[in-house]
Amino acid sequence: MKKNTTIPFDGTPEQEQQLRAVLSKLKNVPGGLMPAMQQAQDIYGYLPKEVQVIIAEELGVSLAEVYGIATFYAQFALYPKGQYKVAVCLGTACYVKGSGEIFDELSKQLNIANGEVTPDKRFSLDATRCIGCCGLAPVMTINDEVYGKITAKDVAGILAKYQA
Amino acid sequence: MINLKINNIPVSVEAGTTILEAAKQIGIKIPTLCYMKEINEIGACRVCVVEVKGARSLVAACVYPVNEGMEVFTDTPAVRKARKTTIELILSNHNKSCLSCDRNMNCELQALSYEYGCDLNAYAGEQTPSEIDISTDYLVRDNSKCVLCRRCVATCKSIQHVAVIGTMNRGFNTSIGCAFDADLAETSCAACGQCINVCPTGALTEKSEIDNVRAALADPSKTVIVGTAPAVRAALGEEFGYPIGTNVEGKMVSSLRLLGFDKIFDVNFTADLTILEESHEFIERVQAGEHLPLITSCSPGWIRFMEYYYPELIPNISSCKSPQQMFGACVKTYYAEKMGIDPKDIYVVSVMPCVAKKFEKNRADQAAAGVQDVDAVLTTRELAKMIKANGVIFNQLPDGEFDAPLGEYTGAGVIFGATGGVMEAALRTAVEVITGEKLDSVEFEAVRGTQGIKEATYKVGDLEVSVAVASGLENARAICEQIKNGTCKYQFIEIMGCPGGCVNGGGQPIQSSFVRRNTDIRALRAKVLYEIDANSKVRKSHENTVVDTLYKEYFGKPGSHKAHEVLHTSYVKREKY
Repeated sequence: MKKNTTIPFDGTPEQEQQLRAVLSKLKNVPGGLMPAMQQAQDIYGYLPKEVQVIIAEELGVSLAEVYGIATFYAQFALYPKGQYKVAVCLGTACYVKGSGEIFDELSKQLNIANGEVTPDKRFSLDATRCIGCCGLAPVMTINDEVYGKITAKDVAGILAKYQA
Repeated sequence: MINLKINNIPVSVEAGTTILEAAKQIGIKIPTLCYMKEINEIGACRVCVVEVKGARSLVAACVYPVNEGMEVFTDTPAVRKARKTTIELILSNHNKSCLSCDRNMNCELQALSYEYGCDLNAYAGEQTPSEIDISTDYLVRDNSKCVLCRRCVATCKSIQHVAVIGTMNRGFNTSIGCAFDADLAETSCAACGQCINVCPTGALTEKSEIDNVRAALADPSKTVIVGTAPAVRAALGEEFGYPIGTNVEGKMVSSLRLLGFDKIFDVNFTADLTILEESHEFIERVQAGEHLPLITSCSPGWIRFMEYYYPELIPNISSCKSPQQMFGACVKTYYAEKMGIDPKDIYVVSVMPCVAKKFEKNRADQAAAGVQDVDAVLTTRELAKMIKANGVIFNQLPDGEFDAPLGEYTGAGVIFGATGGVMEAALRTAVEVITGEKLDSVEFEAVRGTQGIKEATYKVGDLEVSVAVASGLENARAICEQIKNGTCKYQFIEIMGCPGGCVNGGGQPIQSSFVRRNTDIRALRAKVLYEIDANSKVRKSHENTVVDTLYKEYFGKPGSHKAHEVLHTSYVKREKY
């Protein structure tokens, strides 16, 4: 399915230099693609197309392969995180208590899908596994703030607190 | 040797053989879906499971190696039940619009469903969302029919070294697609169509132009002229039950007549014309000592690949249009003038073993008469579909003959459809032109055969000419790398995008993976072309009398200003990302 947000790439020459240094070491290493992608994400915080193209070209693999791996493993992000990292627990307890609807409401209000960031980079949205406070289910977090026992109707009010 | 029993029958095979291969030796075909020998051995679909005595669970026969004393059972109730369940689960996420699907009656999933008596709706539920990709001129990707076997991905990567499609996301959202969910048109796809030929279902098909052709045929203001590529006659019969490797040229011509085309010409004719232009170009470059090696330009998949991956080789590529484009150009210039028809009222259809030709016809600099040289391209498969749909009883047709004048061809023209054919045809002409002497033998055996890369050196007068022939883009890449790093010792190189050349093109009839791994389809189809050549009275392009007339009446001589205007073209650098 088409991703619906695009964030302008703002990588620096220093970051690119770091990336190319990493790639030159992993160039002929069997199985070097995964560590290359992990280190690239450490450098940039996420794996935008511009970075994936450099990895593909330097390691002699196709962009489709790099992207396939980036979308297979949950550890890789295609978008940067927002100033406010919104996370909704979709673990079993939260899910049966209706966190799915909360997630859908957030996705609708922010107009982004799972893993994406708003074009102004204010909010990013992630579905998470159990975060260990099932007693508060359903739970969402924004940065270090925890919101428990909420419903989809509460979403707009919570988000409003973080608007400029 | 390893000794084992399959269904209580003793069998001895070499160590490392899989159960699947061992079973075939005793005449058992274990069903497969994702398996492609040496290309895609991933044991993913689980359709090939069998029982092994003492094993904890069923095993995948396609990847499980045999052991000494092993006892295998390929057809127990447990095996049948597991296979049936697996197929039904695949069907639960499959768009079952089989009745009018392009692959109806030629679908590996359909065949399995039939063989295992599957309930199509055994597991009703959600389906993975997908969109149909119609972004290119040549290919349609419908993931709702995809079974995630990855045969296309493996072919694109391992055989063609292009890898613009891959497996994306995971779990229920897994899909085959391009990086960043791009449309295929936004990628560096070469348009070879090899992915279509290995797809077990209707997820990958050519973009059909049948409706456009039918509309032109029904339009009284249009003169509709068709030309057929060499390789079509070597494969079309497969769609009508003939064995692989049957020449159906005569029936093909008769069926085109019944479909209502005004003139039936042969692209073999312009294959001959290509040779005159290209061998002239070769001699010129050798004399000038520049832009060598000369590389052929007949294969639009190869050309597109080169434009993306090796644009620095553009000066080395022959400026000759492909035979298809020369065909359209000659029809709309020379023939239109001769017959007094406005080129705008001519509709040129070419029948091709290829889907990249659909892209090629829309390229820039392919409009000799001010209108597009070729209006529509039908694949061999599409022609078969039209013949069937029009109620033409193909098998009962008498052999027809091509129309004059653009239907005459020589043995050199027809072998264009097999890897090495263009090289051999060019050598037949170049040698005679350079030396001024008749060849003792017109057969250049070293450039024949289905190997990926062939090379030979010939003495031509005082010249030593080193040539290479490559087919399949993996092999094309190897040659391009040699040129790039300065180790290339050839002066003349033929490159075809598809392994084996046009006979194995992306528009040819689709054979199941079982047939593909147990039959050398490329060699059988190529044999047809070499037989036609061997039986031809005239076997050198420069002895084609109509080509001769064409130069006398219209172009003057090969490489003339007029010839350049009508028969040559240009290439562009393309960006990969």
